Amino acid sequence: MKVALFVPCFIDAFFPDVAVATLELLERFGCEVAYPLDQTCCGQPMANSGCHTDAAGAEALFVRNFAGYDHIVGPSASCIHHVRENLIAIPQTDEVKHVRENAYELVEFLHDVLGVREFPWAEFPHTVGLHNGCAALRALRTASMSELNETPFSKPLTLLSAVKGIRFAMPKRPDECCGFGGTFSVYEEPVSARMGYDKVQDHHGAGAEYIVSADMSCLMHQKGCAERLELPIKFLHIAQVLNGVRE
Amino acid sequence: MNKPIDHAEASSEFIAASDHIEFHDRRLWDLRTKRDRATAAIPEWEELRTLASQIKEHTLTHLADYLEQFERQAQANGATVHWARDAAEHNQIVHDIMAARGAKSLVKSKSMLTDECEMRPFLEQRGIEVIETDLGERIQQLDDEPPSHIVVPAVHKLRTDVAEVFARTLGTDPNNSDVHYLAESQRRTTRPSFLSADAGMTGANFAIAETGAVVVCTNEGNADLSVHLPRLYIASIGIEKIIPRTEHLGVFVRMLSRSALGSPITQMTSHFRVPRPGTEMHIVLVDNGRADRLAMADFWYSLKCIRCGACMNTCPVYRRSGGLSYGATYSGPIGAIIDPTYNLRKYSTLPFASTLNGSCTNVCPVRINIHDQLYKWRQVIAERNALPFVKKQAMKMGGKLLASPRLYRIAVEAAGAGVEYLPRIMMYSRANAWGKQREVPAAPAMTFRQWWLKNRGKP
Amino acid sequence: MNTREEMLARMRRSQPAPVALPELPAFAQGGGAAAAGFDAFCEALQRMGGKIAPAPAGGDADAAVRALFPDAKVICSATPEVRGTRTLDPTQSPAALDDVDVGVVRAAFGVAETGSVLLTETELQVEALGFLAQHLVVLLDPAKVVATLHDAYRDPAFAQARYAILMTGPSATADIEGVLIHGAQGIRSLTLLPRAA
Repeated sequence: MKVALFVPCFIDAFFPDVAVATLELLERFGCEVAYPLDQTCCGQPMANSGCHTDAAGAEALFVRNFAGYDHIVGPSASCIHHVRENLIAIPQTDEVKHVRENAYELVEFLHDVLGVREFPWAEFPHTVGLHNGCAALRALRTASMSELNETPFSKPLTLLSAVKGIRFAMPKRPDECCGFGGTFSVYEEPVSARMGYDKVQDHHGAGAEYIVSADMSCLMHQKGCAERLELPIKFLHIAQVLNGVRE
Repeated sequence: MNKPIDHAEASSEFIAASDHIEFHDRRLWDLRTKRDRATAAIPEWEELRTLASQIKEHTLTHLADYLEQFERQAQANGATVHWARDAAEHNQIVHDIMAARGAKSLVKSKSMLTDECEMRPFLEQRGIEVIETDLGERIQQLDDEPPSHIVVPAVHKLRTDVAEVFARTLGTDPNNSDVHYLAESQRRTTRPSFLSADAGMTGANFAIAETGAVVVCTNEGNADLSVHLPRLYIASIGIEKIIPRTEHLGVFVRMLSRSALGSPITQMTSHFRVPRPGTEMHIVLVDNGRADRLAMADFWYSLKCIRCGACMNTCPVYRRSGGLSYGATYSGPIGAIIDPTYNLRKYSTLPFASTLNGSCTNVCPVRINIHDQLYKWRQVIAERNALPFVKKQAMKMGGKLLASPRLYRIAVEAAGAGVEYLPRIMMYSRANAWGKQREVPAAPAMTFRQWWLKNRGKP
Repeated sequence: MNTREEMLARMRRSQPAPVALPELPAFAQGGGAAAAGFDAFCEALQRMGGKIAPAPAGGDADAAVRALFPDAKVICSATPEVRGTRTLDPTQSPAALDDVDVGVVRAAFGVAETGSVLLTETELQVEALGFLAQHLVVLLDPAKVVATLHDAYRDPAFAQARYAILMTGPSATADIEGVLIHGAQGIRSLTLLPRAA
């Protein structure tokens, strides 16, 4: 299966290991992965600030990079959600619609499209606090939401549970937002930081050695908080764990 | 008057009071937890939400007809119905009803509408004494502070704060912060007002078109005391509170208190339809921007609100900043989508006091798509040029940079891009805000793109 | 054009495309998850802070009330089943009930889902009795319990009574630090006395 890899801007800049793990993971499952070299960003930071006209350039560039692929996979729920639901600053040509309809977040791609459940190369003998970012949870619906009366399910948990030796610790508030929220993290810094502190302390208090998430943006914020608090808790993207990182 | 609310600044102060924020967050999360337990016990809960939403949407799309029906019924019941296009007209009507009867004192139960209309100062300036009877509202009135939460108005205060306020205004013992003592003090000092007030006022949780009844849900029974003792009863009702039939109360009353507090019903669920012989009942139907909001294709859904407060309880931002930080009668998620209709510039910051996490939308009993509306308001605010200049510039710069592969690579791969330098896209213009309470991510040796070119060497 | 006409015209201009009124489904017709019956009602009422007294021995409600409140000076009853110490006089100002220690009423019915009782001006005689009394005793026929609020709202009282209240336990508040208080403004306690009508 031919797959185009979408690497969100901040992962490209700060967490390339996450993109490498995503790439390697897809290749382990037989995907032929292309990486359009001129990609930058999906446009979400501008669009989430209401600045659609400012997002148009990035959105058009995104479509130019990914047109012609039937599967576009990116390790970021909020970015993929933006592409699927809100890539509307540009005229909706057939090409744009095709890109929008075929963009997948990594966990949903693995779980729903490739349908994989086994990761025999992976082993992670540590206690993990699983963090489901709000875009993954409430927008892309990769797990059930605590507010609703619905049958519990969790795609990331299903995948991670297959990893040898992994243990899970449940925080007191499993799906409360961690406070990143994009530009919220700088424009509403006091509340953002407080939410991040509360989140990492919740996981730490539950016994988690690692916080693992499908969203690196959340993890970047939580990591920044944990380090400032000098909490002995580490952070990994789900791609890294599923790809076989040991620690 | 038009200066944008600085929510971030207000929240900073709120967070600095560590005992207060810790209690506030814990208390409201507890209400959220209780709500979850109550709703989990009802297998048809999600279906009820859909029904409630549809009943409200039906009513709002036929609002004029239902209000006319309500008016007919209320008049047949012996009530007098008044119409107020805005807050000023509402206040004048209430004043004139009282003045015409020489009424000088008013006991009232909780009504966000009367706060919205700023009725109390209007009446007080004209020599009418207004006594809030809901305990939380009374605390706030005595402290000359607006309510911070629509269901628990003084949730931001600790018992020691209440003791201080009561000692100052009611003459209670400043060193006694026992909650029973404080509540009993308010009961004891409010009782005479109930017995002697010339008039009583309530808001309405629901107004029934079919029967002309006004439905008021309290736990204290203060609405009933406000109505059953004075000879004059005034009900102030926002036009969006109408529902078609009594049977619909089965849906809404089942949902209201479970959403707000996690209890199946409020202790006192009262239905006022016909005035007692020898007394008068006046109903004031208030627009104050509601019909205009009805015309907003993206935003009219906020009129479905039944004022349960569940969105505030679940909102992680609200819990850590407090209702007063929003600077408006309606705060939290529902406030952020309603307030910009009253003053776009002043409340332009509120839709951004959110991570768009969507929990509010999930707990709303009438399925208001709150977080979608927050997103749409951001577009409106940007289009109407109401963003802060600095943010506008940052978005422009970010947009240009991210539209150009070359400019992007220059920014990200700049030599010496060390821990102090984040790409502009992350820093925006509040350059140091990230690093105030968080460590800045370390810049890796290469970007992914550089890694790809080195290790895979092909596109 | 006066305000009324202006407001209605503005609404008619603004109303979005009509949405149909949904039918209330079968669960609203007396089925539902809530267990019916007096036992479920009592459980629900107790959870809301109400008390359940044993059925009066020999059906003597008057004696039962006096036994429940031995120190009460003023007992005012709206039902002939209990004599009390003072006759309820609907012609008097309701404020005269200010010194009532115990009010006694018979409820029209109970609601199992919530533990609520229905009272109207018929059951209260003077509405203020249910709020000025320090304590309220509510007589209820255990056979007169409906299952859910949907059932309750089908009662004609809501269209016919001047005033109707679904009362569920005593007056309460948790406005100060979330601490639960009974007797916030109205009755400090609600005691249910089961007795066939």
